[in-house]
Amino acid sequence: MTGTLLPEELKKDFPLLRRTVRGGRPLVYLDSGATSQKPVQVLDAEREFYERHNAAPHRGAHLLSEEATEAYEDARASIARFIGAVPGEIVLTKNATEGINLVAYAMSNAATAGPEAERFRVGPGDEIVVTEMEHHANLVPWQELCRRTGATLRWFGITDDGRLDLDGLDDLVNERTKLVALTHQSNVLGTVPPVQRIADRAHAVGALVLLDGAQSVPHQPVDVASLGADFLAFSGHKMLGPTGIGVLWGRRELLEAMPPFITGGSMIEVVHMENTTFMPPPQRFEAGVPMTAQAIGLGAACDYLAAIGMDRVQAHEEALTAYALERLTEIPGVRIIGPGTSEARGGAVSFTVEDIHPHDVGQVLDELGVEVRVGHHCAWPICRRFGIPATTRATFYVYNTLADLDALADGVRQAQKFFGTA
Amino acid sequence: MQLEAMYQEVILDHYRNPHNKGLREPFEGEAHHVNPTCGDEVTLRVHLDGEGQDATVADVSYDAMGCSISQASASVMTDLVIGKSVKEAMAVGEEFLALMQSRGRDTEPDEDVLEDAVAFVGVSKYPARIKCALLAWMAWKDATARALGEAS
Repeated sequence: MTGTLLPEELKKDFPLLRRTVRGGRPLVYLDSGATSQKPVQVLDAEREFYERHNAAPHRGAHLLSEEATEAYEDARASIARFIGAVPGEIVLTKNATEGINLVAYAMSNAATAGPEAERFRVGPGDEIVVTEMEHHANLVPWQELCRRTGATLRWFGITDDGRLDLDGLDDLVNERTKLVALTHQSNVLGTVPPVQRIADRAHAVGALVLLDGAQSVPHQPVDVASLGADFLAFSGHKMLGPTGIGVLWGRRELLEAMPPFITGGSMIEVVHMENTTFMPPPQRFEAGVPMTAQAIGLGAACDYLAAIGMDRVQAHEEALTAYALERLTEIPGVRIIGPGTSEARGGAVSFTVEDIHPHDVGQVLDELGVEVRVGHHCAWPICRRFGIPATTRATFYVYNTLADLDALADGVRQAQKFFGTA
Repeated sequence: MQLEAMYQEVILDHYRNPHNKGLREPFEGEAHHVNPTCGDEVTLRVHLDGEGQDATVADVSYDAMGCSISQASASVMTDLVIGKSVKEAMAVGEEFLALMQSRGRDTEPDEDVLEDAVAFVGVSKYPARIKCALLAWMAWKDATARALGEAS
């Protein structure tokens, strides 16, 4: 086994994991890829804000507003530190989906913006490149951008073992490419693509690179300075933080040149009835009263993860992934969808069980208290690529143990027994 | 385990040996329905004999991909509606919908009306699976509406 497991006491920080399900069974939560559970440190941070400091940040001159502003900006600083960025490059959004849409709509809006937005303009003849393994959140916004502007969408395929097929890299990413948008870790396959290699090619032809970090930032050390990307989007709720808060990181000079997506209060400089000027980033992209408590919760989550150490988090998940692959592949009829080893791969293990639909596998597991995700996981093209209707997916986090994976493997065998396929 | 309550033997029988499966001619209405949460799909054709609500459901044929619940429900549904008038079959559909929306509370489904479909009572306790059980029924309603539209 590779990687060292985190101490099991860590689980005590997560109140929800103490509850029982379906007739008093202990909960085995293997769906952190959908959303993670929250430690008391995050819950306390949100509660303390509402009990002591609640006010609208960046408004008014009273004490509470000052405290709320400070807490909100401190959270931004924690988040920035967590990914090696400076606070001014951190745009707080609703989630990763909104962060990606923010860039896609900024590119649409560039058509009617000033000359500074020139490099974001797209139209007929231009190309946007994605991959076949994208979550719908990093596919549909680009389909829509192409539909609105007349640009062309192209994509990298997937190899049989679930890696990105880079054979056509130089053809796919060419002088017509304006932006390459790809996952930093597949939410279905677990695959971690070679970002640097793709980014080098993209930058060589003058294209921008956006990474969907929804499944990477929570699970591996990420340092934007050495990442090779121009934009990185991720969600708070998948990394022990609250729902309703996400992040778009962008290189400062790009954010400076980008027109806004959502407009309104907070993001303005001067407003006349005839026209309005906008704040510099990140405020330009944060219209309306922000998700203050949620941002503070995410800041606490970043501090919590940083205290553990993201290299240890990654090692823990690598150990869990290797063990899960081992336990699952020894079951006859189980097929792993994605890389069969824990190398260049994160802790999302998707599989099919011969002659049992994933929905039925999930039902048996649920009855045993094992909570996994079944379906296409918002990445339907992957299922088409592998000729399957859906998969069963187990995803891991800091609080999971080897015993959880034994419960998963036992549950799969029980499903086979129940449906009479083994 | 509650599993036996959900996956009653009659459901597993229909799943393993589905009735009336396969797409057939002739047909007047066809519908393709998808469950976007799990990717289950059904293509369903309706052949009517006669016109309007009094027309007889002469055949329902389908091609489907999905879990045991959605496959078994499609099979049970075809058995229930073929041979009935559109009006009678729609009434059975309403009864099944009511059963699915009962959340297992009203546990006395009318076996005279629903026949094998009473076995789905356990499914109604699992909100995530209700859509599976209703997929083929919704496709049937849709295809029938199209068939009637063409007929009139």
